[in-house]
Amino acid sequence: MKDSTIIKPYLRLAGLEPLVVRPETNFINVGERTNVTGSKMFARLIKENKYEEALSVARQQVENGAQVLDVNMDDALLDGVQAMTTFLNLVQSEPDIARIPIMIDSSKFEIIEAGLKCVQGKCIVNSISMKEGEAKFIEQAFICQSYGASVIVMAFDEKGQADTKERKVEICHRAYKLLTEKVGFDPQDIIFDPNIFAIATGLEEHNNYGQDFIEATREIKALMPLTKISGGVSNLSFAFRGNDHVREAMNSVFLFYAIKAGMDMGIVNAGQLVVYDEIEPKLRELCEDVILNRNNDNNEATEKMITFAETVKAKGKEVVKDEAWRNSSVEERLKHSLVNGITDYIDQDTEEARQKYPKPLDVIEGPLMDGMNVVGDLFGSGKMFLPQVVKSARVMKKSVAVLTPFIEAEKELRRQAHIKAGTVNEEGAGAAKILLATVKGDVHDIGKNIVGVVLGCNGYDIVDLGVMVPTDKILDTAEKEKADIIGLSGLITPSLDEMVHVAHEMKRRGMKQPLLIGGATTSRMHTAVKIAPQYDNGVVHVLDASRSVTVAGTLLNAEQKPDMLKTIKSEYTKLATDFANKKTTKEHLPFAAAQANRVKIEWDKYTPPVPTFNGTKVFKDHDLSQIRKYIDWQPFFIAWEMHGKFPQILSDAVIGSEATKLYNDANTLLDKLIKEKWLSAQGVVGFWEASAVGPDTVQVRPEAGGERQEAGDIRLESLRQQSKKAGGQPNLALSDFIAPSNTGKKDHIGAFSVTIQGIEPHIKKFEAAHDDYSKITLQALADRLAEAFAELLHEKVRKEFWGYVKDEKLSNEDLIKEKYVGIRPAPGYPACPDHTEKYKLFELLGGKENTGITLTESLAMYPAASVCGWYFSHPQSQYFGIGKIQKDQFDDYVKRKGMSVEEMGRWLRPVME
Amino acid sequence: MDIRKALEKRILIIDGAMGTMIQRYKLEESDYRGERFKDWHTDVKGNNDLLCITQPHIITEIHKKYLEAGADIIETNTFSSTVIAMADYEMQSLAYELNVAAASCARNAITEFLQEHPERKDKGGPWVAGAIGPLNKTLSLSPDVNNPGFRAVTFDEVVSAYYEQVKGLVDGGVDILLIETIFDTLNAKAAIYAIKKYFRETNKESLPVMISGTITDASGRTLSGQTLEAFYTSIMHARPLSVGLNCALGAKEMRPHIEELSQIASCYVSAYPNAGLPNAMGEYDENPEDTGHYLEDWAKEGFVNIVGGCCGTTPDHIKHIADHVSSIEPRRLPVVETELV
Repeated sequence: MKDSTIIKPYLRLAGLEPLVVRPETNFINVGERTNVTGSKMFARLIKENKYEEALSVARQQVENGAQVLDVNMDDALLDGVQAMTTFLNLVQSEPDIARIPIMIDSSKFEIIEAGLKCVQGKCIVNSISMKEGEAKFIEQAFICQSYGASVIVMAFDEKGQADTKERKVEICHRAYKLLTEKVGFDPQDIIFDPNIFAIATGLEEHNNYGQDFIEATREIKALMPLTKISGGVSNLSFAFRGNDHVREAMNSVFLFYAIKAGMDMGIVNAGQLVVYDEIEPKLRELCEDVILNRNNDNNEATEKMITFAETVKAKGKEVVKDEAWRNSSVEERLKHSLVNGITDYIDQDTEEARQKYPKPLDVIEGPLMDGMNVVGDLFGSGKMFLPQVVKSARVMKKSVAVLTPFIEAEKELRRQAHIKAGTVNEEGAGAAKILLATVKGDVHDIGKNIVGVVLGCNGYDIVDLGVMVPTDKILDTAEKEKADIIGLSGLITPSLDEMVHVAHEMKRRGMKQPLLIGGATTSRMHTAVKIAPQYDNGVVHVLDASRSVTVAGTLLNAEQKPDMLKTIKSEYTKLATDFANKKTTKEHLPFAAAQANRVKIEWDKYTPPVPTFNGTKVFKDHDLSQIRKYIDWQPFFIAWEMHGKFPQILSDAVIGSEATKLYNDANTLLDKLIKEKWLSAQGVVGFWEASAVGPDTVQVRPEAGGERQEAGDIRLESLRQQSKKAGGQPNLALSDFIAPSNTGKKDHIGAFSVTIQGIEPHIKKFEAAHDDYSKITLQALADRLAEAFAELLHEKVRKEFWGYVKDEKLSNEDLIKEKYVGIRPAPGYPACPDHTEKYKLFELLGGKENTGITLTESLAMYPAASVCGWYFSHPQSQYFGIGKIQKDQFDDYVKRKGMSVEEMGRWLRPVME
Repeated sequence: MDIRKALEKRILIIDGAMGTMIQRYKLEESDYRGERFKDWHTDVKGNNDLLCITQPHIITEIHKKYLEAGADIIETNTFSSTVIAMADYEMQSLAYELNVAAASCARNAITEFLQEHPERKDKGGPWVAGAIGPLNKTLSLSPDVNNPGFRAVTFDEVVSAYYEQVKGLVDGGVDILLIETIFDTLNAKAAIYAIKKYFRETNKESLPVMISGTITDASGRTLSGQTLEAFYTSIMHARPLSVGLNCALGAKEMRPHIEELSQIASCYVSAYPNAGLPNAMGEYDENPEDTGHYLEDWAKEGFVNIVGGCCGTTPDHIKHIADHVSSIEPRRLPVVETELV
């Protein structure tokens, strides 16, 4: 029997999708624009009965990252009950908005109850309080509970709103007791709003309001740890209305301190917050003074703030757009939107086209495909670049999403008609279907996603099974969905074997569709030698996303297909033959000779440096704004199939302007993800005593007192280059860089692992918004941040923790060129291709516990944006590739590793002759 | 015996389809009408719930067949016994009476069954679950595509319809209330609201509530668009005895969803799938042995506490299910923490 499942006491909310507020969840953004008291535009739209447009305000909030949607209809000129009902009913029919939980916001309980009657998900009621006494409070709480809502309780009692810390805490505690003891609320369903009031108003009694809120928050969380704290942040800076520059800074600084004290969520316009670190120091200090009520005797800080505010004018943010294209025909407008990646009008234009054409499908096959063909042509001729194409795809997807319900409704009508008439339902054949999957054991999918988008743009129906997909699932789905082509992707070396297995199974099942192979470790050679022989109905290696289109097109053309497969087959056969011939021509040394030709290091003249600590050091939630400085941008552009050196690529004559756009978009996203804490960086570094105890073996001694001490010493096994070298060149192995035990020198080895956590919800969000462009950018950025974090830690190791080059002064460019002393090779990469050594690295580092990284069965790290490696400090240590090894080395290695021949053979296949 | 005690010890069996069994009697319009409604002004054939009044012996007989097959929980024949659903036959005024009658049919079946099988008493139960169906009008969806804000019915109307049904079921003597085949969570929330309201107003001790949603297709969502976890989060406040899934899917398709639910639900988990998916003729044709095998697998995995069948299942299916799961330990309730550690 399994261990019992544990259910944690977290606040759980739901729209169409759940929202669980965990301790590690960052500040929850509540979208505030759908509030007639806060947004003049929204108020106007509701008063003029323009609900459709009002919905777009809500949609914008979701797109901008609101996790909960606050809806408020409190206006003297509105029938609040009716407005709330109408708006929420409409919201419920918009899946992209209804996805997130609703916060029903009103000072009138009848409006709140009207709202609760419209929403199927679990809402938050904002708010109830004891201002009309306990009896009323309890009654309203019972009603909220009957609808299953969580409640915000305002710190308000019979005497009025609480302003001091003591009153806030006392009222909240009293409400807590009533709710939990009399009404039966779960503590986690209670959210307190301890009142954020305007400060720096000139009235001295207001000066401590900010500090009162922050301290009350701290105390409430200590007293009632399961409850949550919320508040309307913009109230704070109300005294500076009209001066957005100052307000944004004040709100940001306040949030910074309030969140530290335990504030969980708040009504915030995310677009109007500045990054705390980016606020000019003078303004930031003024903000801190007024918020924390420092240096504020006789309103001194307030006066300074007011003086400062007068010197800055709110920055105008006007952007003049060229809207002339809006006057053309609907077909032209759709094309313009597609080519330029504009989503602003796509819903209305699609709807217009839908009404113009006889059938919704005609819109797709007519104007939309025409537009995408233009995109395809521009892309094919190099006039558009991948990032733009992906933006176009986003527009396409949005448009199709508008049409889909109508197409489905038509299908259903036809189906019903067939059932009535007793005839068989024959749907049109539709677009060719391409199934894509990252194979079992592998978690990398940026490349696959790009291929999916590009093929999708070219009119193919894409079935994307995601990552870590077992062979059976790939092939079952291909059969069920009648896929016309199967495409496999993978990044790590064990994925190559998995692909061979898929091809093998396809043959066994007697499948017919061609198989496409892609991904960073795949190659034409490997495909020709290992995969193609397994399957007879076409295996094609595809170099990049842009080629996938022509390859797919040819393979789906009945006339061209046989020719192409024939050409490829002969090409691959030739490659395989050449490979077989070449294999014998390269000279190898016997293993013993290779061992004898190790790196010559004069150990007697060398004193190994001693690290400042022994054992591990964990870096939790490392500052991402520090990490970003270490980003190597070149691979980022390569991920987007834009090749060239950074930063020269930004001014490249051909792709410069698009590269710059991509770079700017990436940096904007980076700003946002840092500011809003989408991602977090976790890392661990460790050092241990180590000595070479055999020609290719390093013995590592876990730190005294550590958890791994009992396990005893750990032996790391290296592989050695075995090809015949030119005179004087050594046959390298990593073990050469550690002092042998017989030298009597005390040496160390280090290791690290880093990961970027938290990407999933944002990927889902982008997927839901059909925004592949942002999704892929985010994935690529997460990878870059992981690498950058590794770079940052390595620098710290050299200068500080191991400290063997304390005065190193290298630019980021030098770092990228690996000009530093010492190396950080990773198991699974060229210098140590055996992935199974990763187990030892993780055992020493406590990788899973310390960073949350897990290893798949192919020993890929999950999350995908993770990096690990060993540290070697010796100045002669260098990066290198093992190349191919011979059977004599393999036999010796199997013995040293104590693994079976089959298993070891499977892991080392890529380096075996 | 309190049903909670029994649930700690073993997997309980809920009965199978009522409609499928009624079809076997090949009833005609006049059978549905009986003596009392012989002059009713609309056709009533197909109003299966009406049979609780006009042909109670048939309903009782079907209940008994399920009890003999091994069912621990039998559902009243009240899927449509609300003022809203009965409008199809213009029988709104009968709603309360239908529920009382249906509860009596089920109670009588148990009394007769226990007389014939006194040894069955040791196991506790059997229990009558008052079935509360989803209604033919929904609160989250507009029936008019051009007016997505329109609703064919209001929350208050749904609450009062369910309130009357709950009153009838309780007065008729059910042991449990079962909100089932939920495809719109807001309808279910109205039912929960009605149940809470009924027990608060009458000051009676609350009956246990079972909740069973419906995942309509491979998207893994309810018809109203919620994911399974969102659905569970939205009905948690009912503090149900059990939460589960029924209808729309066969056991094969339902498995991943039941697995997920078994991980997130703090209460007991129930599952009563259809007998496979309908074949080309619209009939369910999964063998009882196969259904039994599927559910045995779930039981072994520790996914479930209550199992049975929905559309297309028969006493034979229930017997196989009961045989297959009888010796398997029930899913253990999760540990619900009340502090952050």
